[in-house]
Amino acid sequence: MEIVVNGQPREIAPGATVASLLRELTLPATRVAVERNREIVRKPEYESTALSAGDRLEIVTFVGGG
Amino acid sequence: MGDTLTIGGKTFRSRLLVGTGKYPDYPTMVRALEASGAEIVTVAVRRVNLDRTKESLLDHVDPKKYTLLPNTAACYTEDDAVRTCHLAREAGMSSMVKLEVIGDENTLFPDTEALLSAAKRLVRDGFVVLPYTNDDPIMARKLEDAGCAAVMPLAAPIGSGLGIRNPFNIRIILESAKVPVIVDAGVGSASDAAVAMELGCDGVLMNTAIAGARDPVLMAGAMREAVSAGRKSFLAGRIPKKLYATASSPLDGTFF
Repeated sequence: MEIVVNGQPREIAPGATVASLLRELTLPATRVAVERNREIVRKPEYESTALSAGDRLEIVTFVGGG
Repeated sequence: MGDTLTIGGKTFRSRLLVGTGKYPDYPTMVRALEASGAEIVTVAVRRVNLDRTKESLLDHVDPKKYTLLPNTAACYTEDDAVRTCHLAREAGMSSMVKLEVIGDENTLFPDTEALLSAAKRLVRDGFVVLPYTNDDPIMARKLEDAGCAAVMPLAAPIGSGLGIRNPFNIRIILESAKVPVIVDAGVGSASDAAVAMELGCDGVLMNTAIAGARDPVLMAGAMREAVSAGRKSFLAGRIPKKLYATASSPLDGTFF
């Protein structure tokens, strides 16, 4: 099924969760924040939050800034 | 512990806050942060790089060593700024944010109406809010009344290096503020930082002045010393300015 991650379409396996997506992307959960359809997913909920077709995710982190 | 800066219940020894943007490379940034003596460093919140080909800031800035202060740079609306702060808190597990709501892309001056409104929402949501504002004493007071943990008036436009354009307004802000006043933006050289501290500011936040210097590491050290010297000069109490001379050597005992 297809979801959108940071504005880019992406195929994921059925049953994928926020946690499994982060593992697939090799992103450490400690360094990111995730929004699913404009709602923040709290870190303890990554494993239990199943993704659905059409979900729009934003995965953000800290970059250099002033 | 001596002369310390307390913001939102956290105490810091350094009064210099520095940004992490615009450095030529990460090793230079790391050395500059070290040389600055800063304990609080600002960061921006952006989409992660999904292909993971680039290094990450957090590979170089240890959040155990530095207090990360996420900003809302490039936010032009109250909603974008509030959303960014919530994401920052989730990413960094800390509630302290540098709130900016930009009003114009050429000046990067704040949209203070949206800023105040965003600040109120964030305070209600439990954030420790450090707002980047203009040098307007009335707005500074409103932000303080809204529950902001500090006020951060600009000295001059972001990245301009023009120095303290309106020291008198900064003084007026200082006279009434009960929260720390941190000059944020516009500092170009070490003397600018010293002037801000001599006015009585509680701290100075800068990025471009260090990152854009020909030798960022050397400039970071200069800024550290300037902030420290300016602070001591403020605490020591300067002499009044006078139009005419007063001799430093005694007039008694002359033999001519």
